[in-house]
Amino acid sequence: MSVRNLPPVYNKIAQHAVFPKMNHDERARYNFLANLNKHLAHVSQGNKTAFENRVEPKFEQEHGRKMASTEELKEAISKDAHYQVWSSLRRSTMEMRQQAGRSIVLRQAEELRDKVRALNEGKDSLVLDDSVEVPPYLLACDNHIMPGSYHTELIEDDVTPAANYDTGLFVTTAGLLGRYSDGGGKAIVSWVKKTYPDFSPKRILDIGCGMGHNVLPIAKAFPDAEVIAIDTGAPMLRYAHARAMDLGITNVKFMQMDAAKTTFEDESFDWVQSTMFFHETGGKSIYKIMDEVYRVLKPKGLTLHIEQPQYTDDMSLFEKFIRDWDALNNNEPYWSKMHDIEPIELMSSSGFREEDFMQIGAKAENDLDDGSEKADEPEDHGRSPIWNVFGAIKN
Amino acid sequence: MGEKIDYIKLASNKPKGKRPYFHDDPAVERVLNITMAIAGELAVMRERMDSIERLLEKKGSISREEIETFVPETKEQEEQRQTWHAEYIGRILRIVQQEQEELENPDKSMEEIANDINEM
Repeated sequence: MSVRNLPPVYNKIAQHAVFPKMNHDERARYNFLANLNKHLAHVSQGNKTAFENRVEPKFEQEHGRKMASTEELKEAISKDAHYQVWSSLRRSTMEMRQQAGRSIVLRQAEELRDKVRALNEGKDSLVLDDSVEVPPYLLACDNHIMPGSYHTELIEDDVTPAANYDTGLFVTTAGLLGRYSDGGGKAIVSWVKKTYPDFSPKRILDIGCGMGHNVLPIAKAFPDAEVIAIDTGAPMLRYAHARAMDLGITNVKFMQMDAAKTTFEDESFDWVQSTMFFHETGGKSIYKIMDEVYRVLKPKGLTLHIEQPQYTDDMSLFEKFIRDWDALNNNEPYWSKMHDIEPIELMSSSGFREEDFMQIGAKAENDLDDGSEKADEPEDHGRSPIWNVFGAIKN
Repeated sequence: MGEKIDYIKLASNKPKGKRPYFHDDPAVERVLNITMAIAGELAVMRERMDSIERLLEKKGSISREEIETFVPETKEQEEQRQTWHAEYIGRILRIVQQEQEELENPDKSMEEIANDINEM
């Protein structure tokens, strides 16, 4: 057995009718980038050593006291040669991943659009509304350094932002989310089925669904439920709907809607779910969205939100700092601010009772995991499929 | 249709949001990014050669279509290919690893060692 955990070869990724065509060298380029990501995740331990062995001692010598904040830490470590080259390589890897993905999907933008159109034509389960505005927090920068983000359309009825996202998630996460990148959705289904075996939701709402990769396992697990998945990005919704059609999942309605101002009736859903969504919103919107979750949820209804791990008081300054690396350098800026909000306060401000609040840990279910023994390796902060789930039953 | 887009230029667009630079001199960042892109293309070429070699070995003659669609056929082949990438990255990022090792176990300078040896 290898002493390192190699990422799966790219051709293991699941194909479906609207998945972009990729040639030999495009798969090879993604294999290189997955390995490079993996390599940097190992090397990132060097940042801790550099911090402890030279950055921190130097600071204390110069200032005659310990570091007091992550801002001070950032200023000090930014001058460290190891941190500089690691950061530079990590940023470069993410830029190369975007370039590689876009060079795959943009050359076939029209073919992808036409395939999606054919699958979506005449279906009332895709509802686009061009009066829905892209929220300002998504216009402030391009999340995940994806040029054009989730919403930009380079041709009429463009789907390339979603197609690019679909090809690349497997690379950034080294395949740890499984062949369909749906390990988060699968994990939440397993937890819900185990914890509430009698729960049979009639209506489920997924907010910020993106390309729908995490809502499909939920829809599949509750085939009699009416599932509605909303997002503001039309390219994501078009692609998500066509993808779901091809994968044979027909109980999801994809609708273009802002989660902060939906058009659903009060108390109309049994379950409201989000997966890796809130950290891509904004400081005021997050409260509006949670208000909306509370409003549309039926009494006794369930809401769950898969998010990045929370900061804890016993976390070192260094750990807090390095956990924010992706937030600041891979364009997920709100994630660096969301730590200041306690999920329990966010939920109680919308009306959920504190005694109904719950918080659990979750790990992606990966259909590529063959059960073989894995070498120990450091957590790749912000990329590891280990999450915090918070939520409540509405009472 | 009539919607042809310049996919080569668009593929390399910059994302919105100021790009962070980590080195004191942006020229270092620039050269590093170009170097890593070349490193990536060499990895792509190596994987293509691997496909050709395996197909030649298997069949004695091959077509370009076969190369285009070749994927590893056994778990062993999958591991060999990914191991090559891991080795290759380890090789080209040698200096980063060595600097990390030096950080973990600082060495004495040659002047200091010379002085030590002088006393041995």
